[in-house]
Amino acid sequence: MKKINLTISLLAVLALFMVSCNGGEKKPSATETETQTETAPAKQGQAAVVDTVSAANALQVAKSLDDFKTLVAAIEAAGIEDAVVNAGPLTVFAPVNGAFDKLPAGTLDDLLKPENKSKLAFILTNHVAPANYPEKQLKKEAEKGRKLYMASGKYLTVEVKEDGIYVGGTKILKSVKVSNGWIHVIDNVLVPAE
Amino acid sequence: MKTIFKSLLAITVLSMVLGSCGKGDSKKNGALASNAAEKVYVAPGEYDEFYAFLSGGFSGQLAVYGLPSGRLFKVIPVFSVDPEKAYGFSEETKPMLNTSHGFIPWDDSHHPDISQTAGELDGRWVFINGNNTPRIAKIDLTSFETTEIIEIPNSAGNHSSSFVTENTEYVVAGTRFSVPYPQKDMPIKEYKGNFKGALTFISVDPKNGAMNIKFQLMMPGFNYDLSHPGRGASHGWFFFTTYNTEEANSLLEVNASQNDKDFIAAINWKKIEEYVNNGGGKKAPTRYAHNVYNEETHTATSTIKEEVLIINPSDVPGAVYFMPTPKSPHGCDVDPSGEYIVGSGKLAAELTVHSFSKMLKAIEQKKFDGDAYGIPILQYEATLAGAVKQPGLGPLHTEFDGKGNAYTTFFISSEVVKWKLGTWEVLDRKPVFYSVGHLMIPGGNSRKPFGKYLVAMNKITKDRYLPTGPEVTQSAQLFDITGEKMEMLLDFPTIGEPHYAAGIPANLIVPKSKKIYKLEDNKHKSVVKTEAAAKVVRNGNEVHVYMTMIRSHFAPDNIEGIQVGDKVYFHVTNLEQDYDVPHGFAVIGAQTSELLIMPGQTKTNIWEPKQVGVWPFYCTDFCSALHQEMQGYIRVSPKGSKVPLTYTLDGDAVDAE
Repeated sequence: MKKINLTISLLAVLALFMVSCNGGEKKPSATETETQTETAPAKQGQAAVVDTVSAANALQVAKSLDDFKTLVAAIEAAGIEDAVVNAGPLTVFAPVNGAFDKLPAGTLDDLLKPENKSKLAFILTNHVAPANYPEKQLKKEAEKGRKLYMASGKYLTVEVKEDGIYVGGTKILKSVKVSNGWIHVIDNVLVPAE
Repeated sequence: MKTIFKSLLAITVLSMVLGSCGKGDSKKNGALASNAAEKVYVAPGEYDEFYAFLSGGFSGQLAVYGLPSGRLFKVIPVFSVDPEKAYGFSEETKPMLNTSHGFIPWDDSHHPDISQTAGELDGRWVFINGNNTPRIAKIDLTSFETTEIIEIPNSAGNHSSSFVTENTEYVVAGTRFSVPYPQKDMPIKEYKGNFKGALTFISVDPKNGAMNIKFQLMMPGFNYDLSHPGRGASHGWFFFTTYNTEEANSLLEVNASQNDKDFIAAINWKKIEEYVNNGGGKKAPTRYAHNVYNEETHTATSTIKEEVLIINPSDVPGAVYFMPTPKSPHGCDVDPSGEYIVGSGKLAAELTVHSFSKMLKAIEQKKFDGDAYGIPILQYEATLAGAVKQPGLGPLHTEFDGKGNAYTTFFISSEVVKWKLGTWEVLDRKPVFYSVGHLMIPGGNSRKPFGKYLVAMNKITKDRYLPTGPEVTQSAQLFDITGEKMEMLLDFPTIGEPHYAAGIPANLIVPKSKKIYKLEDNKHKSVVKTEAAAKVVRNGNEVHVYMTMIRSHFAPDNIEGIQVGDKVYFHVTNLEQDYDVPHGFAVIGAQTSELLIMPGQTKTNIWEPKQVGVWPFYCTDFCSALHQEMQGYIRVSPKGSKVPLTYTLDGDAVDAE
């Protein structure tokens, strides 16, 4: 018993010294404050990288436009921001706010619930092709009868009609080059077949 | 009895702990005594506090590390070709390595020094000297690329270089080996009195950093080892250590150690500058290369210059003096105030410190001890501020912490010694492993040192790391110097042999570090800025491929109509405008390196196909999810073949609508 007591007290004293030793060496010095580096940003993922020099990526472009408020909210709710700023290349078929209004009443609110996160992510990834498809290339895909493979694992059909290019049955209204690929604006949500 | 033993044991252990803890002096390297690991730990995603630029020695390059972590960020190619970055391989960078001796793929890089304004680090450029084929290079700290190299004529073994004056008015280059001037065919044994040592002053344009040789001071044929500028009151002077004042030409290890004292040459460069600005000096024919990299054209050009301005010390009376300094001094280090000039006599028993104010007084009072080739030798005692007695063996180099302390390396006794300016007392000494050369405190050779860390650079490591055969790494060892005693924190391997280093707070560099090159500003003569503009043009047996790259393809990616015997130029432009998306380019059988092309940049490779066939090319830098798909084919037909020249993407012309 005595032996144990002694050992314990010895350990306690040792521990005390360890603490005081560590504490004693933390001397704040003038140079320390002088050279304080702007600390690296609190990192989440690539979406958190601060870069005001490069051309804007797909997420930055979407965020800068009021037309995509709902889409951006959905991307954030699904937690797929990092995928949309990824090196890609990506082609995003981006539904405008109004497109979400066309969904059956209550659908969007339901999808935005935390428990439906993966379902929402599945729908959103059905709007992203892991490839570089400018309009010219989309026309070519249509011509050659090649389907677009989407990040959801599903395929979309491209058609060239008299009034423009159609993807998954909805018309491309406008195209924007982004640093990691292309955004094609559409006004329907491309809900994948289950 | 047993209990007594236990108590004794307890007391012994306690006193050991006490001993190791006292005053933070951690002679015991145990975890009990030190939180070294915590001090060097930079968590994932966090930044280091300092950049450290360590010379790559015989690699010819410059390594960029972070402190306190010791992590290697980049090896900047300077004097040697680098296949990783295509430096010296791409057509754009080959001119950087041109010299009066032709294309030189290697050098021995020595002493990086960061540009200064008002004696403080300004973080604009790093200068570094090539020792073997004398050159000074400038590295731009926005791009971390070598952007200018100037060859130093009439020089050999460019060693007492590349230190900058207080406002980067000049970067100096002093010759280690004296040589005949002008070079000629003559017997080596007639060295004495006939060989000269050139000290070269290169002006630096304050706006863009452009270097230009302002003048060369033709000094006696000694060996000029290291140098530092005056600062504060001594701004306007430059100090160079000399050895071999015996002017020996063989077995220098014996013959250059005969004189009890060699010299520190004190050069009043302001006085010489004034003389030059008033038309003084003699223009002499010579040949040297001046290579400049243009960031807008992404291309270097090399110009051979054929004249240099020569000054003889006797031309400018009162501009050059010698201060006797014991035993072949190496380091020549000026304290932050500019008052003290420390000469580290490699073989001296003590460290000699000269006083600038005493030097001026001695000059005024003409306290001379004769002259050497007409240059007045000041009396030793007249300039002596003091000496650090029995500091160690083999002193080499001193830096300062800005708090009145100096730190000197000792090669033979393998230690770093801290001593006090003014009292010259030794305050602390710590062993290093092994045989330290130089040391570095960020800003430690400026008016404003950041006296938190010290890096000792060791020449020999023997058993310090996992062995890698006969050739083992050199090393750097990091000390915390904020306390009374130095504390070793970290030990990390380095590239080449780090002769010298320069450190700077990261916050002076980070905000201006470049992310991409703007495609719209690209003025390369062979740039194509859109896929539709890509083309292939034949001109006799020369074929120029103007190609673009973007995630994840080349345009064009199928080329036919090339023939054996053709000389194919690939001019490749990276169309990306996104940070950290370089693309690479390699083609089978190319007798050169890959190309590594930053966003917005154009680079060129030459390919001379020798075999008929269909040969692939591909992207070498993992750029995207479809990187493995980023490839193409080039069809090579026999010479004289009728296969027409075509270039396509996805089966169509690149500009097809």
